[in-house]
Amino acid sequence: MSKLIIEAGRTERQYWRDLWRYRELFYFLAWRDLLVRYKQTVVGVAWSLIRPLLTMMVLTLVFGKLGKMPSGGVPYPLLVFCGMLPWQFFSTALSESGTSLVTNSNLISKIYFPRLVVPVSSVITSFVDFLISAVFMVGMMVWYHFVPPASALLLPLFVLLAFAASLGVGLWIAALMVKYRDFRFIVPFIVQFGLYLSPVGFTSSVVPEQFRLLYSLNPMVGVIDGFRWCILGGEHLLYLPGLAISVAGVIVLVTTGIAYFRKTERTFADVI
Amino acid sequence: MSDVAISVESLSKRYIIGHRHSKQDGIRHVIENTIRAPLQWLRKRTDQKNSEREEFWAVKDLSFEINRGEVVGIIGRNGAGKSTLLKLLSRITEPTSGRIQIDGRVASLLEVGTGFHPELTGRENIFLNGAILGMSRVEIRRKFDEIVAFSEVERFLDTPVKRYSSGMYVRLAFAVAAHLEPEILIVDEVLAVGDAQFQKKCLGKIQDVSANQGRTVLFVSHQIDSVTRLCKKTLWLNQGKLHQFGPADAVCHSYLSLDSIAGAKRHWPDQRKAPGNEWVRLESVEASSEQSTTDGFPINKRVFIKATYTVLQRGKVFVPNMHFFAEDGTLIFISHDWFSGWKNTPRPAGRYETCFTIPANFLSEGRVSVKLAISTYRPFQVHFEEPDVVAFTVVEAEDGETSRGDYAGHLPGIVRPIIPIATRVL
Repeated sequence: MSKLIIEAGRTERQYWRDLWRYRELFYFLAWRDLLVRYKQTVVGVAWSLIRPLLTMMVLTLVFGKLGKMPSGGVPYPLLVFCGMLPWQFFSTALSESGTSLVTNSNLISKIYFPRLVVPVSSVITSFVDFLISAVFMVGMMVWYHFVPPASALLLPLFVLLAFAASLGVGLWIAALMVKYRDFRFIVPFIVQFGLYLSPVGFTSSVVPEQFRLLYSLNPMVGVIDGFRWCILGGEHLLYLPGLAISVAGVIVLVTTGIAYFRKTERTFADVI
Repeated sequence: MSDVAISVESLSKRYIIGHRHSKQDGIRHVIENTIRAPLQWLRKRTDQKNSEREEFWAVKDLSFEINRGEVVGIIGRNGAGKSTLLKLLSRITEPTSGRIQIDGRVASLLEVGTGFHPELTGRENIFLNGAILGMSRVEIRRKFDEIVAFSEVERFLDTPVKRYSSGMYVRLAFAVAAHLEPEILIVDEVLAVGDAQFQKKCLGKIQDVSANQGRTVLFVSHQIDSVTRLCKKTLWLNQGKLHQFGPADAVCHSYLSLDSIAGAKRHWPDQRKAPGNEWVRLESVEASSEQSTTDGFPINKRVFIKATYTVLQRGKVFVPNMHFFAEDGTLIFISHDWFSGWKNTPRPAGRYETCFTIPANFLSEGRVSVKLAISTYRPFQVHFEEPDVVAFTVVEAEDGETSRGDYAGHLPGIVRPIIPIATRVL
C-alpha cells in the first residue's frame, strides 16, 4: 500500500513516480483531443492536410514564383513542404499546448494528476497531425520522382529535436498562460511571424553569411535545415555551428520549461 | 499496518485576496507593479499596514485522525473550508503549512462528471474518466461491465454524453468513481443531483464500500439527514477550524440546533468589512418569526427578514433582493423590492431598514438560507451580493392549521402552501 505524505513543498519526491503511474493518461488525453477535434466537421481529418497544403501553395507562389528565390535544385513545392512539415508541427503544438491548461481548467481544479501530462499530450496530438502530413510528403516525393538521399535515415533525430523544441516552448507558454492570459494574444503573433522568420518559404542559405549564427538562435532554423538536409540532400548542407546553437537552445528551453512548469504547478489550481 | 487511514496535523491553507489593482494579473500590472515596487517598499517601511493584500485562511490549524473503514461526514456552512479541505486531501492544491499522512490510494469525486467530454460517447468517457482518476486501461476493461450495469445507461453507451439527461450523466460519473476501488473515497455533494432512487443506490454503494471492503469514505453534504444515515462520525468545520468531531448523531444535532438559533441574526460591527461598496453598505440582517420556538420557526407563522443598511451617497435607486435556498441548495424563490415606495426614487444618504415578509404556510419544513443583494437596475449594477446572510429552520407547528392535516409521515417538497381544493359530487 502506498503511503503518502502531503506537506508544503514536498510533492517533488512523489512527482516523477506519479508521472509514471499516470503514463496512460498521456495516451488518453491525446486520444480524446484527436477524437473531439474533427467531430461535427464535414471533411474531418482532411483538415490536417488542407491547412499545410494551402500554406505551401501560397508560399510557393510568393517566394518561388514571384520572389524567384533559389530552391537548391529541388522542385519548389517540395522545398516548402519539407519546411512546412516541422513548422506546422511546432506551431500547432505550441498553440495547443499553450492553451491546454486553461482549456482543461475544470480538470485541474477538481482532480489531481501530474499537470505535466496535459501540455505533453497536446504535443503528442499535434505529432499525429505531423505524421499524417509526413505521409503526404512521401506522396509528393513519389509524384516528383524524387529519391531521398541516405541521410534520410537520420531524420528521427531531427523529429526528436522538433518535438523537444515544441515541448520546451509549449511548457513555458502553458505555465505562463495560467496566470497571464495575455499569452492568448501573444501566441498567434509568434506563430504568424515565426512562419516568415523561420526558413519555411525559402532556404536559410539566402541569409547573409555574417547573420547566420544569429539567425540560428531561432531553434526552428536548425530543425528545418536538418529536415531539408535529411530529406532533400543535394545542395542543402548542414550549417553545423548554427545547428549546435539550435540544439543548445532547445536543451535550454526544455530544461527551463520543465523547471518553470514544476515551480508554478503547485499553484495552478489556486490561480486558474 | 496501523489503523489510521488519514492523519492530519495542524493543516492550514492561506489564500491571498487581492484588492484593487493587485486583483488583476495581466502583464501590464506586473510591469506596473515592478516599477512601483521600490516605492511601495519604502512606503511599507514607514507604514506597516498593508491594505492591498489581505490574508484569508480557508483552513486553519486543523488536526484529526480517521481510521480505516470509517465513513466520516463533513459538514459546515458555505465557506467553512469543506471544499478546501477536500482539495488538500486530494492533492489538488498544496497546504500552506501542516502535514497530511494518507495510507492508500485516494479517489475524489469533487464534482460530478469532471473529465467527461460532452462530445464523446458514454463508452469513450468511461475510459477517459477512469484514466483521469488514475485507473489503468486493463483495470477499466475488467470493470467495464460492472460500471455500465451500475449506471443503467447500457442503451446509450454509444451516444455522446451531451445528449444524456443530467440523471444519466451523474449515474455514469458516480459509477466510474465508485468502481475505482480506492482505499479512500472522497465524495463532495455529488448526491445533490440525481433522482431519489439513484441517491439511495449511491448511498448503498458507499455503505457497501466501507462496510464490506473496509474502505474509508469522506462524505461532504448539506443534507444532514444523509450524513446521519450514512456516517458514524462527523467532522464539523466552522471558519476553517475544527468545531466538533465525534459521533454523527451528536454533531449533526448540535449543528442543526445552533444553525437555527444563532444563524438567524448577523451583524457587521466593523463597517469596513461589511458587504457593500462606495454606494451602500450592509449593517445587519435578522430573521424572526411571529412566534419563535427553540427548534425554529413554525410553518404556519409569518417569517420576517429585516436588513439594515446605510446608503452612503445620494443618486441611485436601490433594489434590495433576497434569494431563498432550501437545504440541498435548490433556489426556492427570489424576491426584490419592486413594490415599496422606493421603486423609482433615488435615495438620500442615510440608514434604511427593509423588511421582507414570507407568508405563513408557504415554506416547507427544513433549513432555509438567505442570500441578500442590493442592486440598481438602470444601469444594472450589483452593489453587493452576500450568500448565507442568515439561515433559519422551518418546523412543523405545534398548533393551528397547516397543510399537513393529520398526515404524520415525511412530506417532501420545498414549499408547502395551503391551496384551495374543492371536491363536489357529480
